[in-house]
Amino acid sequence: MFPARIWREFPQRYRLEAVKNKDTGEVYFPPRYVSKDGKKFNGEKYILPDEGKIFTYTVIEVPPSQFKDEAPYVVCIVELTDGTKLTCQITDFDKDWLDIGKKVRLEFRRVQTDAHHGVLSYGYKAVPAE
Amino acid sequence: MVGIVGYGAKIPRHRIKVEEIAKVWGADAESYKRGLQLTEKSVPAPDVDCVTLSVEATKYALKRAGITGDKIDALYIGSESHPYAVKPSGTICAEAIGATPNCHNADYEFACKAGSEAMFVSLGLVKSEFCNYAVGIGADTSQGAPGDALEYSAAAGAASFIMGRENILAECLYTHSWMSDTPDFWRREHQHYPQHGGRFTGEPAYFRTIKGCAYALLEKSGMKPEDFKYAVFHQPNGKFPMRVGKMLGFEREQLETGWLVPTLGNTYSGASPIGLTAILDIAEPGDNIFMVSYGSGAGSDGFIFKVTDRIKEVQDLCPKTRPQLDENKIYVDYGTYAKFRKKILKND
Repeated sequence: MFPARIWREFPQRYRLEAVKNKDTGEVYFPPRYVSKDGKKFNGEKYILPDEGKIFTYTVIEVPPSQFKDEAPYVVCIVELTDGTKLTCQITDFDKDWLDIGKKVRLEFRRVQTDAHHGVLSYGYKAVPAE
Repeated sequence: MVGIVGYGAKIPRHRIKVEEIAKVWGADAESYKRGLQLTEKSVPAPDVDCVTLSVEATKYALKRAGITGDKIDALYIGSESHPYAVKPSGTICAEAIGATPNCHNADYEFACKAGSEAMFVSLGLVKSEFCNYAVGIGADTSQGAPGDALEYSAAAGAASFIMGRENILAECLYTHSWMSDTPDFWRREHQHYPQHGGRFTGEPAYFRTIKGCAYALLEKSGMKPEDFKYAVFHQPNGKFPMRVGKMLGFEREQLETGWLVPTLGNTYSGASPIGLTAILDIAEPGDNIFMVSYGSGAGSDGFIFKVTDRIKEVQDLCPKTRPQLDENKIYVDYGTYAKFRKKILKND
Protein backbone atom coordinates (compact mmCIF):
# COMPACT_ATOMS: atom_id res chain seq x y z
CA MET A 1 0.00 0.00 0.00
CA PHE A 2 1.35 3.44 -0.92
CA PRO A 3 1.85 5.51 2.29
CA ALA A 4 0.43 8.73 0.78
CA ARG A 5 -2.97 7.14 0.41
CA ILE A 6 -3.43 6.41 4.11
CA TRP A 7 -1.51 9.52 5.23
CA ARG A 8 -4.03 11.79 3.51
CA GLU A 9 -6.81 10.26 5.58
CA PHE A 10 -5.18 10.47 9.04
CA PRO A 11 -7.32 13.43 10.25
CA GLN A 12 -10.56 11.53 9.65
CA ARG A 13 -9.32 8.04 10.48
CA TYR A 14 -7.30 8.97 13.59
CA ARG A 15 -9.27 11.88 15.02
CA LEU A 16 -12.76 11.59 13.48
CA GLU A 17 -12.41 15.02 11.88
CA ALA A 18 -15.46 15.96 9.82
CA VAL A 19 -16.64 19.20 8.24
CA LYS A 20 -19.75 21.09 9.33
CA ASN A 21 -21.56 23.52 7.04
CA LYS A 22 -21.69 26.70 9.13
CA ASP A 23 -24.88 27.87 7.46
CA THR A 24 -26.97 24.69 7.45
CA GLY A 25 -25.33 22.62 10.20
CA GLU A 26 -24.93 19.64 7.84
CA VAL A 27 -22.01 17.38 8.73
CA TYR A 28 -19.86 15.72 6.06
CA PHE A 29 -17.74 12.67 6.85
CA PRO A 30 -15.32 11.95 5.25
CA PRO A 31 -14.74 15.71 5.24
CA ARG A 32 -15.45 17.68 2.08
CA TYR A 33 -16.27 21.27 1.17
CA VAL A 34 -18.80 20.62 -1.59
CA SER A 35 -22.42 20.07 -0.58
CA LYS A 36 -24.76 17.30 -1.73
CA ASP A 37 -26.03 19.53 -4.53
CA GLY A 38 -22.49 20.25 -5.75
CA LYS A 39 -22.06 23.74 -4.30
CA LYS A 40 -19.15 25.10 -2.26
CA PHE A 41 -20.06 25.99 1.31
CA ASN A 42 -18.65 27.78 4.32
CA GLY A 43 -17.38 24.84 6.40
CA GLU A 44 -15.50 24.36 9.66
CA LYS A 45 -13.67 21.44 11.26
CA TYR A 46 -15.94 19.37 13.45
CA ILE A 47 -14.91 16.42 15.66
CA LEU A 48 -17.43 13.59 15.66
CA PRO A 49 -18.56 12.02 18.92
CA ASP A 50 -17.12 8.54 19.51
CA GLU A 51 -20.32 6.90 20.74
CA GLY A 52 -23.42 5.73 18.95
CA LYS A 53 -25.49 2.68 18.03
CA ILE A 54 -25.55 0.09 15.28
CA PHE A 55 -27.80 1.41 12.50
CA THR A 56 -27.34 -1.70 10.36
CA TYR A 57 -24.68 -4.34 9.73
CA THR A 58 -23.60 -7.14 7.42
CA VAL A 59 -21.39 -10.18 7.88
CA ILE A 60 -18.54 -10.49 5.38
CA GLU A 61 -17.92 -14.17 4.67
CA VAL A 62 -15.85 -13.75 1.48
CA PRO A 63 -13.44 -10.88 2.11
CA PRO A 64 -10.94 -9.02 -0.04
CA SER A 65 -7.48 -10.65 0.14
CA GLN A 66 -6.04 -8.22 2.73
CA PHE A 67 -8.79 -9.19 5.22
CA LYS A 68 -8.83 -12.94 4.55
CA ASP A 69 -7.54 -13.88 8.02
CA GLU A 70 -10.32 -11.89 9.68
CA ALA A 71 -13.33 -13.53 7.98
CA PRO A 72 -16.07 -13.81 8.90
CA TYR A 73 -16.16 -10.22 10.14
CA VAL A 74 -18.85 -7.62 10.58
CA VAL A 75 -19.08 -4.25 8.87
CA CYS A 76 -21.69 -1.86 10.19
CA ILE A 77 -23.11 1.60 9.82
CA VAL A 78 -22.90 3.38 13.15
CA GLU A 79 -25.30 6.20 13.91
CA LEU A 80 -23.33 8.46 16.23
CA THR A 81 -24.96 10.39 19.07
CA ASP A 82 -25.08 13.54 16.89
CA GLY A 83 -26.87 11.67 14.11
CA THR A 84 -23.87 11.35 11.77
CA LYS A 85 -23.51 7.91 10.20
CA LEU A 86 -20.24 6.23 9.32
CA THR A 87 -19.17 2.79 8.14
CA CYS A 88 -16.65 0.65 10.01
CA GLN A 89 -15.86 -2.81 11.29
CA ILE A 90 -17.20 -4.07 14.64
CA THR A 91 -14.79 -5.99 16.84
CA ASP A 92 -14.44 -7.51 20.34
CA PHE A 93 -18.02 -8.80 20.65
CA ASP A 94 -19.82 -12.05 21.45
CA LYS A 95 -22.01 -13.37 18.64
CA ASP A 96 -25.12 -13.23 20.86
CA TRP A 97 -24.59 -9.52 21.47
CA LEU A 98 -24.70 -8.37 17.84
CA ASP A 99 -27.96 -6.60 16.89
CA ILE A 100 -29.28 -3.40 15.36
CA GLY A 101 -29.61 -0.69 17.99
CA LYS A 102 -26.80 -1.96 20.23
CA LYS A 103 -24.65 0.77 21.75
CA VAL A 104 -21.08 1.00 20.48
CA ARG A 105 -18.00 3.12 21.00
CA LEU A 106 -15.33 3.89 18.42
CA GLU A 107 -11.85 2.70 19.38
CA PHE A 108 -8.47 3.23 17.75
CA ARG A 109 -7.43 -0.03 16.08
CA ARG A 110 -5.18 -1.41 13.40
CA VAL A 111 -7.39 -1.46 10.31
CA GLN A 112 -5.15 -2.95 7.67
CA THR A 113 -1.77 -4.68 7.62
CA ASP A 114 0.16 -4.68 4.38
CA ALA A 115 1.74 -8.19 4.58
CA HIS A 116 4.87 -8.51 6.78
CA HIS A 117 6.76 -5.59 5.29
CA GLY A 118 4.29 -2.82 4.41
CA VAL A 119 2.95 0.18 6.23
CA LEU A 120 0.34 -0.35 8.97
CA SER A 121 -2.98 1.48 8.69
CA TYR A 122 -4.77 2.60 11.82
CA GLY A 123 -8.26 3.98 12.25
CA TYR A 124 -11.53 3.46 14.10
CA LYS A 125 -13.55 0.33 14.76
CA ALA A 126 -16.74 -0.06 16.75
CA VAL A 127 -16.69 -2.05 20.01
CA PRO A 128 -19.55 -2.83 22.40
CA ALA A 129 -20.26 0.02 24.80
CA GLU A 130 -22.64 -1.90 27.05
CA MET B 1 5.05 20.97 42.50
CA VAL B 2 5.05 18.36 39.70
CA GLY B 3 3.13 15.17 39.28
CA ILE B 4 0.37 13.28 37.51
CA VAL B 5 -2.46 15.44 36.14
CA GLY B 6 -4.22 12.68 34.18
CA TYR B 7 -3.99 8.90 33.91
CA GLY B 8 -5.63 6.06 32.03
CA ALA B 9 -5.25 2.34 31.42
CA LYS B 10 -6.33 0.07 28.61
CA ILE B 11 -6.60 -3.70 28.92
CA PRO B 12 -7.73 -5.86 25.96
CA ARG B 13 -10.93 -7.93 26.39
CA HIS B 14 -9.54 -11.30 25.30
CA ARG B 15 -8.14 -13.79 27.84
CA ILE B 16 -6.57 -17.23 27.79
CA LYS B 17 -6.46 -19.51 30.83
CA VAL B 18 -3.32 -21.28 32.05
CA GLU B 19 -5.13 -24.63 31.60
CA GLU B 20 -5.66 -23.94 27.90
CA ILE B 21 -1.94 -23.34 27.30
CA ALA B 22 -0.81 -26.22 29.53
CA LYS B 23 -3.16 -28.64 27.71
CA VAL B 24 -1.38 -28.03 24.40
CA TRP B 25 2.13 -28.57 25.78
CA GLY B 26 1.35 -31.51 28.07
CA ALA B 27 2.24 -29.41 31.12
CA ASP B 28 0.69 -29.52 34.57
CA ALA B 29 -1.54 -26.44 34.79
CA GLU B 30 -1.76 -26.56 38.59
CA SER B 31 2.04 -26.43 38.89
CA TYR B 32 2.20 -23.38 36.64
CA LYS B 33 -0.68 -21.68 38.45
CA ARG B 34 0.98 -22.34 41.79
CA GLY B 35 4.48 -21.45 40.59
CA LEU B 36 3.53 -18.26 38.76
CA GLN B 37 0.52 -17.41 40.94
CA LEU B 38 -1.60 -16.50 37.96
CA THR B 39 -4.66 -18.12 36.42
CA GLU B 40 -5.10 -16.33 33.09
CA LYS B 41 -3.67 -13.52 30.99
CA SER B 42 -4.87 -10.85 28.58
CA VAL B 43 -4.50 -11.47 24.85
CA PRO B 44 -4.34 -8.73 22.21
CA ALA B 45 -6.60 -9.23 19.18
CA PRO B 46 -4.88 -8.96 15.78
CA ASP B 47 -5.99 -5.33 15.46
CA VAL B 48 -4.53 -4.41 18.86
CA ASP B 49 -0.89 -3.43 19.33
CA CYS B 50 1.17 -1.24 21.63
CA VAL B 51 0.11 1.87 19.68
CA THR B 52 -3.64 1.24 19.81
CA LEU B 53 -3.46 0.48 23.53
CA SER B 54 -1.40 3.65 24.08
CA VAL B 55 -3.91 5.79 22.20
CA GLU B 56 -6.89 4.51 24.19
CA ALA B 57 -5.08 4.84 27.54
CA THR B 58 -3.98 8.39 26.63
CA LYS B 59 -7.51 9.42 25.61
CA TYR B 60 -8.62 8.46 29.12
CA ALA B 61 -5.66 10.35 30.60
CA LEU B 62 -6.57 13.49 28.63
CA LYS B 63 -10.14 13.29 29.84
CA ARG B 64 -9.01 13.02 33.45
CA ALA B 65 -6.51 15.86 32.95
CA GLY B 66 -9.25 18.03 31.44
CA ILE B 67 -7.00 19.14 28.57
CA THR B 68 -6.94 18.61 24.81
CA GLY B 69 -4.18 16.84 22.88
CA ASP B 70 -2.75 20.06 21.44
CA LYS B 71 -1.56 21.05 24.95
CA ILE B 72 0.84 18.08 25.05
CA ASP B 73 4.47 19.18 24.56
CA ALA B 74 6.11 15.74 24.69
CA LEU B 75 4.92 12.15 24.35
CA TYR B 76 6.97 9.02 25.00
CA ILE B 77 5.95 5.38 24.63
CA GLY B 78 7.99 2.76 26.43
CA SER B 79 7.56 -0.73 25.02
CA GLU B 80 9.42 -3.80 23.88
CA SER B 81 6.76 -4.56 21.27
CA HIS B 82 6.78 -1.45 19.09
CA PRO B 83 5.00 -2.48 15.87
CA TYR B 84 7.75 -1.12 13.62
CA ALA B 85 11.47 -1.90 13.87
CA VAL B 86 12.12 1.46 12.20
CA LYS B 87 9.41 4.10 12.59
CA PRO B 88 8.27 5.61 15.84
CA SER B 89 5.15 4.44 17.67
CA GLY B 90 4.86 7.79 19.42
CA THR B 91 4.12 9.77 16.26
CA ILE B 92 1.06 7.60 15.58
CA CYS B 93 -0.19 8.08 19.13
CA ALA B 94 0.55 11.82 19.08
CA GLU B 95 -1.25 12.21 15.74
CA ALA B 96 -4.27 10.28 17.03
CA ILE B 97 -4.68 12.41 20.16
CA GLY B 98 -4.09 15.67 18.25
CA ALA B 99 -0.71 16.49 19.82
CA THR B 100 1.12 16.99 16.51
CA PRO B 101 2.96 18.90 15.15
CA ASN B 102 4.40 20.95 18.05
CA CYS B 103 5.45 18.01 20.19
CA HIS B 104 8.64 16.18 21.16
CA ASN B 105 8.53 12.47 20.63
CA ALA B 106 10.67 9.37 21.23
CA ASP B 107 10.16 5.66 21.77
CA TYR B 108 11.84 4.02 24.74
CA GLU B 109 13.07 0.48 25.22
CA PHE B 110 14.44 -1.13 28.39
CA ALA B 111 12.68 -4.49 28.59
CA CYS B 112 9.87 -4.10 31.16
CA LYS B 113 11.17 -0.75 32.49
CA ALA B 114 10.48 1.25 29.33
CA GLY B 115 7.14 2.58 30.60
CA SER B 116 8.51 3.95 33.85
CA GLU B 117 11.40 5.48 31.86
CA ALA B 118 8.85 7.41 29.82
CA MET B 119 7.20 8.54 33.07
CA PHE B 120 10.57 9.49 34.59
CA VAL B 121 11.64 11.60 31.59
CA SER B 122 8.20 13.23 31.37
CA LEU B 123 8.38 14.25 35.02
CA GLY B 124 11.88 15.66 34.50
CA LEU B 125 10.86 17.74 31.49
CA VAL B 126 7.89 19.18 33.32
CA LYS B 127 9.90 19.87 36.47
CA SER B 128 12.60 21.68 34.48
CA GLU B 129 9.84 23.71 32.77
CA PHE B 130 10.93 22.53 29.32
CA CYS B 131 7.35 21.30 28.92
CA ASN B 132 4.01 22.20 30.45
CA TYR B 133 2.55 18.75 29.82
CA ALA B 134 4.42 15.56 28.95
CA VAL B 135 2.95 12.08 28.50
CA GLY B 136 4.71 8.92 29.65
CA ILE B 137 3.20 5.65 28.43
CA GLY B 138 4.02 2.02 29.22
CA ALA B 139 2.49 -0.39 26.70
CA ASP B 140 3.21 -3.89 25.51
CA THR B 141 1.79 -6.83 23.58
CA SER B 142 4.57 -9.16 24.54
CA GLN B 143 5.35 -12.62 23.23
CA GLY B 144 6.57 -15.74 25.01
CA ALA B 145 7.97 -18.63 23.00
CA PRO B 146 5.47 -21.49 22.53
CA GLY B 147 5.72 -23.89 25.47
CA ASP B 148 8.11 -21.64 27.42
CA ALA B 149 7.21 -20.52 30.95
CA LEU B 150 6.88 -16.99 29.57
CA GLU B 151 4.00 -18.05 27.34
CA TYR B 152 1.82 -18.47 30.44
CA SER B 153 2.38 -14.88 31.53
CA ALA B 154 3.28 -12.60 28.56
CA ALA B 155 0.23 -10.34 28.25
CA ALA B 156 -0.98 -7.02 26.85
CA GLY B 157 -2.00 -3.68 28.31
CA ALA B 158 -1.08 0.00 28.58
CA ALA B 159 -1.03 2.83 31.09
CA SER B 160 -0.64 6.50 30.27
CA PHE B 161 0.27 9.36 32.60
CA ILE B 162 0.16 13.05 31.79
CA MET B 163 2.67 14.95 33.91
CA GLY B 164 2.21 18.62 34.69
CA ARG B 165 2.63 21.38 37.25
CA GLU B 166 -0.99 22.49 37.72
CA ASN B 167 -4.14 20.61 38.76
CA ILE B 168 -2.06 17.69 39.99
CA LEU B 169 -3.87 14.59 41.23
CA ALA B 170 -0.75 12.84 42.57
CA GLU B 171 2.34 14.86 43.40
CA CYS B 172 5.67 13.18 42.71
CA LEU B 173 7.72 13.70 45.89
CA TYR B 174 10.83 11.66 45.06
CA THR B 175 12.30 9.52 42.29
CA HIS B 176 15.30 7.25 42.11
CA SER B 177 16.82 5.04 39.41
CA TRP B 178 19.09 2.05 40.03
CA MET B 179 20.78 -0.05 37.33
CA SER B 180 23.54 -2.50 36.51
CA ASP B 181 24.54 -4.66 33.54
CA THR B 182 22.71 -7.88 34.37
CA PRO B 183 21.88 -10.09 31.36
CA ASP B 184 18.83 -11.94 32.73
CA PHE B 185 16.48 -11.57 29.72
CA TRP B 186 17.12 -10.53 26.13
CA ARG B 187 16.04 -10.79 22.53
CA ARG B 188 18.62 -10.53 19.76
CA GLU B 189 17.83 -8.78 16.49
CA HIS B 190 15.62 -10.76 14.07
CA GLN B 191 14.65 -13.21 16.83
CA HIS B 192 10.91 -13.53 17.32
CA TYR B 193 10.93 -14.63 20.97
CA PRO B 194 13.06 -13.55 23.94
CA GLN B 195 15.48 -15.74 25.90
CA HIS B 196 15.92 -15.67 29.66
CA GLY B 197 18.29 -16.93 32.30
CA GLY B 198 15.75 -19.06 34.18
CA ARG B 199 16.21 -18.69 37.92
CA PHE B 200 18.95 -16.10 37.31
CA THR B 201 16.12 -13.67 36.52
CA GLY B 202 15.14 -13.83 40.22
CA GLU B 203 17.68 -13.14 42.96
CA PRO B 204 20.58 -11.37 41.17
CA ALA B 205 18.30 -9.60 38.72
CA TYR B 206 14.73 -8.76 39.84
CA PHE B 207 15.17 -8.85 43.63
CA ARG B 208 18.61 -7.21 43.85
CA THR B 209 17.61 -4.40 41.47
CA ILE B 210 14.21 -3.62 42.96
CA LYS B 211 15.59 -3.75 46.50
CA GLY B 212 18.52 -1.52 45.49
CA CYS B 213 16.18 1.08 44.08
CA ALA B 214 13.61 0.80 46.87
CA TYR B 215 16.14 1.12 49.72
CA ALA B 216 17.75 4.14 48.02
CA LEU B 217 14.35 5.76 47.51
CA LEU B 218 13.33 5.17 51.13
CA GLU B 219 16.64 6.61 52.34
CA LYS B 220 16.34 9.63 50.04
CA SER B 221 12.82 10.36 51.25
CA GLY B 222 13.36 9.51 54.91
CA MET B 223 10.13 7.49 54.75
CA LYS B 224 9.36 3.98 55.97
CA PRO B 225 7.13 1.26 54.44
CA GLU B 226 4.42 2.00 57.02
CA ASP B 227 4.19 5.59 55.71
CA PHE B 228 2.57 4.31 52.51
CA LYS B 229 -1.03 3.30 51.91
CA TYR B 230 -0.08 1.44 48.72
CA ALA B 231 2.99 -0.06 47.06
CA VAL B 232 3.33 -1.48 43.57
CA PHE B 233 6.24 -3.34 42.03
CA HIS B 234 6.96 -4.83 38.63
CA GLN B 235 4.92 -8.01 38.36
CA PRO B 236 6.31 -10.62 35.94
CA ASN B 237 4.33 -13.25 37.89
CA GLY B 238 2.22 -13.28 41.00
CA LYS B 239 4.97 -14.40 43.34
CA PHE B 240 7.82 -11.92 42.76
CA PRO B 241 6.08 -8.62 43.64
CA MET B 242 4.58 -10.06 46.82
CA ARG B 243 7.94 -11.52 47.86
CA VAL B 244 9.95 -8.37 47.19
CA GLY B 245 7.27 -6.28 48.92
CA LYS B 246 7.53 -8.40 52.05
CA MET B 247 11.36 -8.34 51.91
CA LEU B 248 11.16 -4.54 51.97
CA GLY B 249 8.75 -4.49 54.89
CA PHE B 250 5.41 -3.89 53.14
CA GLU B 251 2.26 -5.74 54.21
CA ARG B 252 -0.03 -7.70 51.87
CA GLU B 253 -2.81 -5.05 52.27
CA GLN B 254 -0.48 -2.38 50.85
CA LEU B 255 0.35 -4.54 47.83
CA GLU B 256 -2.97 -6.09 46.80
CA THR B 257 -4.61 -3.10 45.07
CA GLY B 258 -1.88 -2.75 42.43
CA TRP B 259 -1.28 -6.53 42.20
CA LEU B 260 -3.10 -7.28 38.94
CA VAL B 261 -0.90 -10.04 37.54
CA PRO B 262 -2.93 -13.06 38.79
CA THR B 263 -5.63 -12.38 36.16
CA LEU B 264 -3.86 -9.93 33.85
CA GLY B 265 -0.50 -11.59 33.27
CA ASN B 266 2.76 -9.74 32.79
CA THR B 267 2.16 -6.63 30.71
CA TYR B 268 5.91 -5.89 30.62
CA SER B 269 6.34 -2.11 30.21
CA GLY B 270 2.75 -1.69 31.36
CA ALA B 271 3.02 -3.84 34.50
CA SER B 272 3.72 -1.54 37.46
CA PRO B 273 2.25 1.51 35.61
CA ILE B 274 -1.12 -0.28 35.16
CA GLY B 275 -0.90 -1.33 38.81
CA LEU B 276 -0.48 2.36 39.68
CA THR B 277 -3.65 3.24 37.72
CA ALA B 278 -5.62 0.65 39.74
CA ILE B 279 -4.35 2.32 42.92
CA LEU B 280 -5.21 5.83 41.71
CA ASP B 281 -8.72 4.58 40.87
CA ILE B 282 -9.49 4.11 44.56
CA ALA B 283 -6.92 6.29 46.33
CA GLU B 284 -7.94 8.99 48.80
CA PRO B 285 -6.41 12.46 49.18
CA GLY B 286 -3.27 12.30 51.29
CA ASP B 287 -2.42 8.67 50.47
CA ASN B 288 1.26 7.98 49.77
CA ILE B 289 2.10 5.52 46.98
CA PHE B 290 5.41 3.70 46.55
CA MET B 291 6.22 2.37 43.06
CA VAL B 292 9.30 0.56 41.76
CA SER B 293 9.45 -0.81 38.22
CA TYR B 294 11.91 -3.35 36.90
CA GLY B 295 13.38 -3.94 33.47
CA SER B 296 15.69 -6.79 32.61
CA GLY B 297 19.17 -5.89 31.59
CA ALA B 298 18.67 -4.50 34.33
CA GLY B 299 17.26 -1.48 36.14
CA SER B 300 14.49 -0.01 38.27
CA ASP B 301 12.79 3.37 38.42
CA GLY B 302 11.27 4.31 41.76
CA PHE B 303 8.61 6.95 42.48
CA ILE B 304 6.88 8.25 45.58
CA PHE B 305 3.53 9.90 44.89
CA LYS B 306 1.25 11.79 47.28
CA VAL B 307 -2.39 11.87 46.20
CA THR B 308 -4.12 15.28 46.21
CA ASP B 309 -7.74 16.36 46.71
CA ARG B 310 -8.27 16.48 42.93
CA ILE B 311 -8.22 12.68 42.68
CA LYS B 312 -11.88 12.46 43.70
CA GLU B 313 -12.92 14.68 40.78
CA VAL B 314 -11.33 12.49 38.10
CA GLN B 315 -11.61 8.86 39.20
CA ASP B 316 -15.05 8.30 37.66
CA LEU B 317 -14.48 10.21 34.42
CA CYS B 318 -13.25 7.13 32.49
CA PRO B 319 -13.33 3.34 32.76
CA LYS B 320 -11.33 2.21 35.78
CA THR B 321 -8.67 -0.47 35.62
CA ARG B 322 -10.19 -3.25 37.80
CA PRO B 323 -13.49 -3.36 35.89
CA GLN B 324 -11.56 -3.59 32.60
CA LEU B 325 -9.73 -6.55 34.10
CA ASP B 326 -12.69 -8.31 35.71
CA GLU B 327 -15.63 -7.62 33.37
CA ASN B 328 -16.63 -8.34 29.75
CA LYS B 329 -13.93 -10.91 29.17
CA ILE B 330 -13.81 -13.03 26.00
CA TYR B 331 -11.98 -16.33 26.52
CA VAL B 332 -10.11 -17.79 23.56
CA ASP B 333 -8.79 -21.30 22.93
CA TYR B 334 -5.15 -21.97 22.09
CA GLY B 335 -5.85 -22.16 18.34
CA THR B 336 -7.40 -18.69 18.31
CA TYR B 337 -4.62 -17.39 20.57
CA ALA B 338 -1.98 -18.84 18.21
CA LYS B 339 -3.69 -17.15 15.25
CA PHE B 340 -4.04 -13.83 17.11
CA ARG B 341 -0.38 -13.86 18.11
CA LYS B 342 0.82 -14.95 14.66
CA LYS B 343 2.39 -18.14 15.99
CA ILE B 344 1.21 -20.05 12.91
CA LEU B 345 3.48 -20.09 9.87
CA LYS B 346 1.59 -19.49 6.65
CA ASN B 347 2.37 -19.43 2.96
CA ASP B 348 1.94 -15.70 2.38
